[in-house]
Amino acid sequence: MGFRFNLFLFLIAMLSTPVLSDLILAKVDRRIDLTSQIVRITSVLKVENAGTDVVSEVLFALPEYQSKNLVFMQAFPNGGKGKTKASTTSLPFQVVNPEGMPPALTFYSVSLPKGLSKGESFTFDVFVVFTHSLRPFPEEITQADSQIVLFQDSAYYLSPYEVKVQSLTVTLPSARVESYTKLHNTKHVDSEIKYGPYEKLPPFSYSPIVIHFENNRPFAVAQQLVREIEISHWGNIQVTEHYNLVHGGAQNKGGFSRLDYQVRAHVRGSSSFRHLTAKLPPRARSVYYRDEIGNISTSHLWGDSRKTELEIEPRYPMFGGWRTSFTIGYGLPLKDFLFESGKKRFLNITFGCPIDDVVVNNLIVKVVLPEGSKDISVATPFVVKQSQEVKYSHLDIAGRPVVVLEKTNVVPEHNVHFQVYYKFNTLSLLREPLMLISGFFLLFITCIVYMHADITISKSSPSYLAKLQWDEVQAAIQQFRSSINRCLVVHDKLEASLRDLSRTGDVQSCKAARKAADGSLKELAKELKPLLAFLQSSPQATQLWPKVEELVAKEREMQEKLMLKHSTVVDSYEKKSGVRDIENRIASLQQKLVALRQDVDELLEFLDEI
Amino acid sequence: MEVSENGKSASLRQAFGNVLSFFILLLVGVLAFSIRLFSVIKYESVIHEFDPYFNYRVTQYLTKKGIYEFWNWFDDRSWYPLGRVIGGTVYPGLTLTAGSIWWLLNSLNVPLSVETVCVFTSPIFSANASWATYLLTKEVKGTGAGLTAAALLAMVPSYISRSVAGSYDNEAVAIFALIFTFYLYLKTLNTGSLFYATLNALSYFYMVCSWGGYTFIINLIPMHVLLCIVTGRYSARLYIAYAPFVVLGTLLASLVPVVGFNAVMTSEHFASFLIFIIIHVVAFVYYIKGLLSQKMFNVAVALVVSFGMVVCCAVVSVLVPLVASSPTKGWSGRSLSLLDPTYASKYIPIIDSVSEHQPPTWPSYFMDINVLAFLVPAGIIACFEPLSDASSFVVLYIVTSVYFSGVMVRLMLVLAPAACIMSGIALSEAFNVLTRSVKFQLSGVPEKSQSGDTTSRIAVTQSEVVKTEKQPPIDKTEDTIKERTSKKNKKKEKEHEEKASLKSQIQKRLLVLPLETSIIAILLLVLLGAFYVVHCVWAAAETYSAPSIVLTSYSDDGLQVFDDFREAYAWLRHNTEVDDKVASWWDYGYQTTAMANRTVIVDNNTWNNTHIATVGTAMSSPEKAAWEIFNSLDVKYVLVVFGGFIGYLGDDIDKFLWMVRIGGGVFPHIKESDYLRDDEYRIDSQAPSTMLNCLMYKLSYYRFVETDGKGFDRARETEIGKKYFELNYFEEVFTTHHWMVRIYKLKSLKNRIRGKAKKSKSSSEGSVTTSLKRSGKIKRNPWH
Repeated sequence: MGFRFNLFLFLIAMLSTPVLSDLILAKVDRRIDLTSQIVRITSVLKVENAGTDVVSEVLFALPEYQSKNLVFMQAFPNGGKGKTKASTTSLPFQVVNPEGMPPALTFYSVSLPKGLSKGESFTFDVFVVFTHSLRPFPEEITQADSQIVLFQDSAYYLSPYEVKVQSLTVTLPSARVESYTKLHNTKHVDSEIKYGPYEKLPPFSYSPIVIHFENNRPFAVAQQLVREIEISHWGNIQVTEHYNLVHGGAQNKGGFSRLDYQVRAHVRGSSSFRHLTAKLPPRARSVYYRDEIGNISTSHLWGDSRKTELEIEPRYPMFGGWRTSFTIGYGLPLKDFLFESGKKRFLNITFGCPIDDVVVNNLIVKVVLPEGSKDISVATPFVVKQSQEVKYSHLDIAGRPVVVLEKTNVVPEHNVHFQVYYKFNTLSLLREPLMLISGFFLLFITCIVYMHADITISKSSPSYLAKLQWDEVQAAIQQFRSSINRCLVVHDKLEASLRDLSRTGDVQSCKAARKAADGSLKELAKELKPLLAFLQSSPQATQLWPKVEELVAKEREMQEKLMLKHSTVVDSYEKKSGVRDIENRIASLQQKLVALRQDVDELLEFLDEI
Repeated sequence: MEVSENGKSASLRQAFGNVLSFFILLLVGVLAFSIRLFSVIKYESVIHEFDPYFNYRVTQYLTKKGIYEFWNWFDDRSWYPLGRVIGGTVYPGLTLTAGSIWWLLNSLNVPLSVETVCVFTSPIFSANASWATYLLTKEVKGTGAGLTAAALLAMVPSYISRSVAGSYDNEAVAIFALIFTFYLYLKTLNTGSLFYATLNALSYFYMVCSWGGYTFIINLIPMHVLLCIVTGRYSARLYIAYAPFVVLGTLLASLVPVVGFNAVMTSEHFASFLIFIIIHVVAFVYYIKGLLSQKMFNVAVALVVSFGMVVCCAVVSVLVPLVASSPTKGWSGRSLSLLDPTYASKYIPIIDSVSEHQPPTWPSYFMDINVLAFLVPAGIIACFEPLSDASSFVVLYIVTSVYFSGVMVRLMLVLAPAACIMSGIALSEAFNVLTRSVKFQLSGVPEKSQSGDTTSRIAVTQSEVVKTEKQPPIDKTEDTIKERTSKKNKKKEKEHEEKASLKSQIQKRLLVLPLETSIIAILLLVLLGAFYVVHCVWAAAETYSAPSIVLTSYSDDGLQVFDDFREAYAWLRHNTEVDDKVASWWDYGYQTTAMANRTVIVDNNTWNNTHIATVGTAMSSPEKAAWEIFNSLDVKYVLVVFGGFIGYLGDDIDKFLWMVRIGGGVFPHIKESDYLRDDEYRIDSQAPSTMLNCLMYKLSYYRFVETDGKGFDRARETEIGKKYFELNYFEEVFTTHHWMVRIYKLKSLKNRIRGKAKKSKSSSEGSVTTSLKRSGKIKRNPWH
């Protein structure tokens, strides 16, 4: 077990005890927060310079079993009680490997804002975060059991310096504690365990403690999270997050009974979790939550001007060891996150996972910049692995540059803003619409060209010639028809003049109409002649010719009959014969005329449809 | 001046008409597409039901691995331990279509997921199908009927039921292929163009790729050819329409792996070959007839007929024993059950057990084709005046499809296009007559007042009558003239139409109805159409859009969503080992492989009856025997669907009798009567103990009584018979939120038979006893 090893280490440390510098820690206050799956330790250190040299660096030590789980560290000056860390800037620190120190310890050297001269003191906070430091024990539990975890640390502050006064407070999620290491000066009140104060401990003092307590907070671990942030200069930033989630606590054994879970959910199933809450930026829109087999219908969304909250519920309650995967996507207004500085634009957006209390083992953030972006640079508040790739989407030609940022072990503390700077010409925005427009334009142009161009390969082939002839014939027929129609119009005029005659008895005007009609009919006959000659000669019109001929003959006949009728009527009017008499005389003519008109109409209709 | 104006107005009118019909068609396409989006809007963009999940999975494989891998795909995730050769047993048309759409979009850098493409494939093809219907009906009765039929087909509920967005099934593209093939056949028949004949064969090839229903085409077209020959309508066009189609079509069809040699070996295709021979004989006879004089010809006929009879007898006597030697007479089970509706229930319970293979009820006709059912007879009548080659084809189509739809509910889908075409013809003809008479009456009124001479009008109509009587013989002579010149004349086909329309115009002039009557009739027809539209939209929105993997219900608390299936599949997907085998009734096989990505024992392909019977037997056996069967199949999880908690009908208990029946069909120790009390299927305290002790009952009702204290099954509305029992061989590992899916794990062997193992150790020879034991197991285990 690790304890024995640590004890061993401690002994080595005791033996070596080099005097590093003349610093001493006047006061150390440590608070360990164990209320979630993430361990957060805040240490308030008061350093005093007991030596003569001016010291500007303080060493901070962590044993190996902790340093390998360390995911976040921050040191900032403590301006007094009640002051928040936001008001002050953090102190820079770096990993150092001082000589003569036990190799099992990792040292971080914190640079003080100004050197400490003799007798001066300085108070600062060190905030460290560990993941995977709570080990479930037992490792397998049934649905009805609570999850119990182990946490180990040292009751004494492990430091290369002498510590005058120190105390340790451990905050637990509930009052239920299986066991904890009891030293002198140990108090257990409700959900807090206090160690200390201890006074005057030499450097590298170490006293292992183990706390075995109940922790039913969600142990949601995203084994991989891929966040894709796609910028569109049309006004939208699309964020898509792919989660691979697992319940990282004690493994579930012995199956899952829905009955027990539904009847006594808080007892039977206390180690599981149902919801996760994602805090999205304000004005997030078109939020979706789905997995590879479709939408997951169990989610709720609230929003106000400051934030958008998305409560998601995986398809099934998550018990220890159960996995799930899903995707969250949302759009953000561009103007909230994209700014300009000088010639460059930059995206300013949060880095980490928006879901509360999720540890991300491997986070990949991909920022997809618009096609044609140049001079890309990234500013992150911590070290990440960077690379670039190209993504093709939505009618791209050159592809969009993608900045890929990778980081392992990400906790909510990493949820800070980072910036991606790039240059982008706004005119490039018009590229894709123009491409579409020109594409369609070309399509229509080709259609028009195709419709109008004669792409016949052989101009002398019989079928091509036949087609040409046929077109001519059609044109001729068209003309022919219209001439005949005009003839018919003239006929109608004559008839109308006869009706006028019967009404008014004006013989003169009727004769004038007759004269006019004669003239126009003659003209029309002249017009018809070349057409008929053409139709007769054209080989394509052979089928039509009989009809045409028939039509012409019928029209002639009709013309004759009409003239006959007209002159008869006019004559009888001049002779002043009775109406009945006239009707009797022209009755046979009238009947023939009607029949002829019918035939002509039909023939015309036939020609019409060619 | 006047000439050009006249010509202009005519061509303008024509251009306007073309543009108008183009836009109408565009809108019909939009309508067909958007009416199918209810499922996406009301639910979500997700694949529906059972078979579409398989198609989706195949498409995913195709897009991921490429076409060659796809042809060679041996699927080890289904039919464990047999597996299934996917490339050779699926109709690849749908998959290839969606795959190529996806590929095209992706190569244009349009990032659509395979799922999205699959979801929207069927609406896209419905739009295509309505355009194909326009073309087909235009060949039969002109543009007006075509547009009406296209609009009707765009929203016919029967087709919507199979092609809503997400219903990614073969039928979605197959109906388009069917209609398009028929269109090309008619086009070839009307034009006699070899170009269209080739296209026709290609379109048939696409149909063969898409759906097993292609046998309908390969039987219907020969039937029509035969009809034409018998009614003396043989022409060179008919020959061109048919002969290349059979030759090319059969060659192409046999390229599809799932069809292969079936294209020449099974009885479904024999009709086409027979007619192929007949049409050649007829063509030859016509040729001879042209060469010989009438008298010589009669002699030749007598000679050939007597000789031919002998040859025929010989051929038949060879063929009959060959065909009869196969137990199904060379017909596949599904086809046989079409010809003999009682066949399936007698011999193949697995076909019978599928609800869509049942005959439809009368209300389902009304539900699926609605007012079209009343318009179809009118359309048939319209097709008979005048009866052309094309119109006789659609009449044949509607008659056969009515029969097939009466046999199987599923084939209502084949009826729907025919009904739409017929109704389109009927509606357009009716509107034609009515609007014409309105127009005639309106323009006729002033004429009447002008002439004031009624006798002449009567004379006119009389002469018209005389004309129409005269018309047909003239037409016929013209017909023959046209026939002769047809090869040279490209526009011949158009003239054909024109003549038909001219004839009909003359006839129409006789059909003048009074103004009031025609206006009222138009109003009524519009009302009928409106009723149809309302019904279709309702059917699309309410009845046919549910994806069936997500259920919803409206209660006092508002909308309730039952997403249990996906909950269970997601659980299986993420929380079991990749190689675990999951046993369930075959209905859920496709979904399990697609959504949970786990190996299943049986799935919806139902190609191996014995395997399904094994699972059925396990489900209907007592726990221990079932455990042994499942264990022998390497099963680790058993999945049952249970609706008793929320009152979901159609769960495994409802289907249980089919499991017994199918299981009993292969393993006779399962007897249906053991599960029935007085021929009644029940699960209450009156139920027989076989029923109450079988695995399905136990897995469904395990600890169910503790939910309400009584064990009241809400789906069957009765209290269950056996309430408190323990499971010894299975352990519950997951139950979904509404208890709709329950997953059990087989308990492992070691803990169970420790006592027995000790006993066997104490006996003299371990190996012998174990082998003995194994043989003992074999007796009890019907799997071996």
